[in-house]
Amino acid sequence: MISFLIYKTILVIVIFAVSLVVAMYSTYGERKIAAFMQDRIGPNRAGPFGILQPLADGVKMFMKEEIIPDVSNKALFILGPCIAMLTACMTGVVIPWGAAITIGGEKYSLQITDINIGVLYMFGVLSIGVYGVMIGGWASNNKFSLLGAIRASSQMISYEVAMGLSIIALVMMTGTISLKEITEQQAGGNWNMWNVVYQPVGFLIFLICAFAETNRTPFDLPECETELVGGYHTEYSSMKLGFYLFAEYINMFISSAVIATLYFGGYNFPFMHDLGLSENLITILGVVALFAKIFFFIFLYMWVRWTVPRFRYDQLMNLGWKILIPLSIGNIMLTGLITLLRQKYYF
Amino acid sequence: MMIKYIFYFLAFVSVFSALMVVVSKNPVHCVLYLIMCFFSIAGHYILLNAQFLAAVHVIVYAGAIMVLFLFVIMLLNLNTQSEPHKSTWLKFAAAITSGLLLVILVGTLKGSETMVMPLGNPNAGLIKNLGITLFKDFLLPFEVSSILFLVAMVGAVMLGKKEIK
Repeated sequence: MISFLIYKTILVIVIFAVSLVVAMYSTYGERKIAAFMQDRIGPNRAGPFGILQPLADGVKMFMKEEIIPDVSNKALFILGPCIAMLTACMTGVVIPWGAAITIGGEKYSLQITDINIGVLYMFGVLSIGVYGVMIGGWASNNKFSLLGAIRASSQMISYEVAMGLSIIALVMMTGTISLKEITEQQAGGNWNMWNVVYQPVGFLIFLICAFAETNRTPFDLPECETELVGGYHTEYSSMKLGFYLFAEYINMFISSAVIATLYFGGYNFPFMHDLGLSENLITILGVVALFAKIFFFIFLYMWVRWTVPRFRYDQLMNLGWKILIPLSIGNIMLTGLITLLRQKYYF
Repeated sequence: MMIKYIFYFLAFVSVFSALMVVVSKNPVHCVLYLIMCFFSIAGHYILLNAQFLAAVHVIVYAGAIMVLFLFVIMLLNLNTQSEPHKSTWLKFAAAITSGLLLVILVGTLKGSETMVMPLGNPNAGLIKNLGITLFKDFLLPFEVSSILFLVAMVGAVMLGKKEIK
């Protein structure tokens, strides 16, 4: 019992720390990639290659004067960024970060908890994430903040629907909603491919919705200086603003991890059982493979941000409701049809 | 033992937040307390080993319906000045009707403590068993209820459509 508690506590702390560090260095990575795409140098003052820049940014955020508007609803004003940060960190619990490691004859799984409703849990946390933005925007008692919050939340609700429908097709195919089982089904050998091969449309819809859910370009409408002064966080200053911005980067990391797990085999890598490696080594290489996939998707987020211009708001809504949702429903029907034919003719 | 304490904690949270929904003056606070109430009820579902129900409860009620509630209330911008004046007679009538409802509820639930629920399969709430039950034993009611949703959706679209002249 005690050893179980210690092992879980260590795992939780490690995963929490890793998400924070990855999110922290995503800000640095974003600036460097932006600089590369625009033929600049990027941050290079703090430390070698500017590697200490995120620390400097963090210190700056903490040291800024904290202003809570007099007319705001103070309790809710503080609650907003708390919820944003909390929900950003919560999804990491169900993601299988690796297979089990064996130490002293005992198996330690690298997933904090394997609840058999993994996908639904993830989805539930996602749907609560809206509240951080909404409460913060409303509590500021500022019309621009409220407009920004409403924009952000209506965008998130709209794309949640298409996202859920695209996952349903995947769940129909895999027959489980435990993230661990979905990953294990994608283990190599016998022409057993990653899910993206069987669900290309579902993957594309999921990816587009993930961009919209994390408020990244081309869907970064909630933050718009020219129309809304700032966005839902106009009135926020100091680390509360920092939390909102930071939550976006954590969301980006977590959603990359989810995409990698659902569609790109998670911690599996090609020929993992054919090379004659020991179990522990395979697990460690698996974690490395998962993080390589995650970093690729984080890079994709940044790549798109510095390449594609943003949508107009009506275009965003049209894409969500009139294209993605019918497309994902069609995908569900097609998946169902193929599953039935497969059962009937055994191929 | 642990589960007992968790149950008491959750029961306290649900009753407290449900009371606060009624008592709070600020409508946004009411909605937030209602969300809290939904979360504690989801906790009760997990205690009953109905994980699927808990997750769906959070997604549908806390994640979708209450967001729309909050939307409407935030946009209406309710405050004390715009509140319609309620006469004393209206309050009096409201107190009597809700009191009667309370009497009826207490009356119906009074005899229920002697009622012993037959202990079914404790894993009935897990997603696999629930799915099999829904699609084997209760297929027709399940499908009919989906028609109900379709009707609601068509109605919403009809209401939301701009009038064509």
